[in-house]
Amino acid sequence: MILQRFLVRLLTMAVTLLGVSVVVFVIIRVAPGDPIAMMLPPGASQADIDRLRALYGLDRSIVEQYFIWLSGVLQGNFGTSISLRQDVMSLVLNRLPATLELATVALLIALLIGMPLAILGAREQGTAVEAGIDVANGAALSIPDFLWGLALILLFGVLWPVFEISGRVSPRLELPFVTQFYLFESILRLRLDLTKDLISHMFMPALALALPLAAIISQLLKLSLKEVMTLDYVTLARVKGFSETSVILREALKNAALPTLTLVGVQFTFLIGGTVIIERLFSYEGLGNMAIDAVINRDLPLIQGIVLVFALIFVLINLAVDMMYALLNPRLRHG
Amino acid sequence: MADARALPRRRFDARLVLAGGWLLVALLAAIFAPLIAPQDPLAQDLLFERLPPFWMQGAEPGFWLGTDSLGRDLLSRIIYGGRVAFIVAFAAAFAACIVGSTLGLIAGYFGGWADRIISRIVDIWMAFPPVLFAILLVAVFGTGLSSVIIAIAVIDWTRFCRVIRAEAMGQSRMDYVENARIAGFGRFRIMLSEVLPNVLPSIVALLSLEMGIAVIVEAILSFVNLSISTDDPTWGGIIAEGRLSIHQAWWVLVFPLITLFLTVLSFSQFGEGLKARFDPVLR
Repeated sequence: MILQRFLVRLLTMAVTLLGVSVVVFVIIRVAPGDPIAMMLPPGASQADIDRLRALYGLDRSIVEQYFIWLSGVLQGNFGTSISLRQDVMSLVLNRLPATLELATVALLIALLIGMPLAILGAREQGTAVEAGIDVANGAALSIPDFLWGLALILLFGVLWPVFEISGRVSPRLELPFVTQFYLFESILRLRLDLTKDLISHMFMPALALALPLAAIISQLLKLSLKEVMTLDYVTLARVKGFSETSVILREALKNAALPTLTLVGVQFTFLIGGTVIIERLFSYEGLGNMAIDAVINRDLPLIQGIVLVFALIFVLINLAVDMMYALLNPRLRHG
Repeated sequence: MADARALPRRRFDARLVLAGGWLLVALLAAIFAPLIAPQDPLAQDLLFERLPPFWMQGAEPGFWLGTDSLGRDLLSRIIYGGRVAFIVAFAAAFAACIVGSTLGLIAGYFGGWADRIISRIVDIWMAFPPVLFAILLVAVFGTGLSSVIIAIAVIDWTRFCRVIRAEAMGQSRMDYVENARIAGFGRFRIMLSEVLPNVLPSIVALLSLEMGIAVIVEAILSFVNLSISTDDPTWGGIIAEGRLSIHQAWWVLVFPLITLFLTVLSFSQFGEGLKARFDPVLR
């Protein structure tokens, strides 16, 4: 049952990725403006232009170009970046860890804010506390991450300057890292001075990304907690004399988490989409920031590679959520 | 039935009034910008660069919210920037709404192959990071007002499509649709005259929400310098400037940011308020 579901999902995933690659390929090929002309110094001869064009395969038809690119991608070759003149795959792999770390920290912050608020709201049902939480959720949801980022820059960058407002790590620091996962590696190597510096850079962009997600977690989880708390087994736990908080933590939370999980998964993909502009705003050297440069420089192979990687992350998250749901849901597990 | 309907209507909805009030003020200011703006939004004056807002030391009369690093009046630039914001908000949201709602209605009401194809396209669209998609499209279409509008519509039609599809699907299982079919109405006629009016409240609420989103996307695009021509003031453009001179002149960032906050919050609250007022279940 679950295996079958998994295979169907895998197939739709492949179709989606193929669709994304076709759409992005067509969009950037119909773009006016010649990427080759931008690479060469003014006054380059037509022969030079043609030679370079052939080198990047731009002298063939769109359909031919697509299949050449696709067969490369299937072998793990995403082509060569036009503006940076490096392998697209290694460029992307170099930047991806920075974005993944940012998104992971943002997700952690969202859970750390959202879950306690949901539990508090469910415990204090119908009081001013719950009303206050609802208002905060509404505001956090209506305001997008871009505006939260700007507000945080003003708050923690200017008014009370405790965090760094640009970059990923202070440039003066010597980095002993062998991977691009700076934050994780600094923790593993117990270089807490570096961890502190990385967190100081990452905190504001991560918080900006986390706030809308925190609001959604708090809202949905509170709703399903309240629903679960009317059920008999929860009442039984209450009768047994457990306090309201431990009833929620021991009994209700487990069953309330499932409906929240699905929507949080979708929202997490929105969060990752948000890293593009948030990284730009905080000059954070991740994949999204590189993507914007790639678009401005009309770097076709790099744009294709980055968009496809983002799409891959999105469908993988959806797949993971779907599978988790299937594994955790008793009705599907034994269906 | 009549009583139940009349009751909440009498209740004063502060949310609708406050949100609608701010939007009306901002819209009127944008429309009558040449009459209201105290200064020419493009006039540079290096003698007046980085003047602080009126309550601070060193402020000049007539420059209420201060000036930017080129000596341009901030209040006038924000008022003029509202023009681009509202044009994009209305045009892009309506375009996305028409495309998305039509496809959503078709997918939800007809089901079958139409639904499968449309849903697959929506899946593909949802796998794009929206901001990157917008930047890519504007880079392709070239900067300019119509490019920004088209880009937002091309990306955000899926928001309407997903919601309206689900609602139309629910509606088409209702008895009244079956009755209309038995009465001999054609499928298209049922879709337009029976299903559409019942999903309209959702469409209106989404439309208001989408206008707020369009304002943000336009601000993001002008923030990365990919919106309209760089001469005309835009909220995102002013914010990008303010971000650069944040340590010398914080007001250049603060005031457009507050304007954006209020506008986006108002659009979403206005939509929620309308939905609550129209929705028979919530009502």
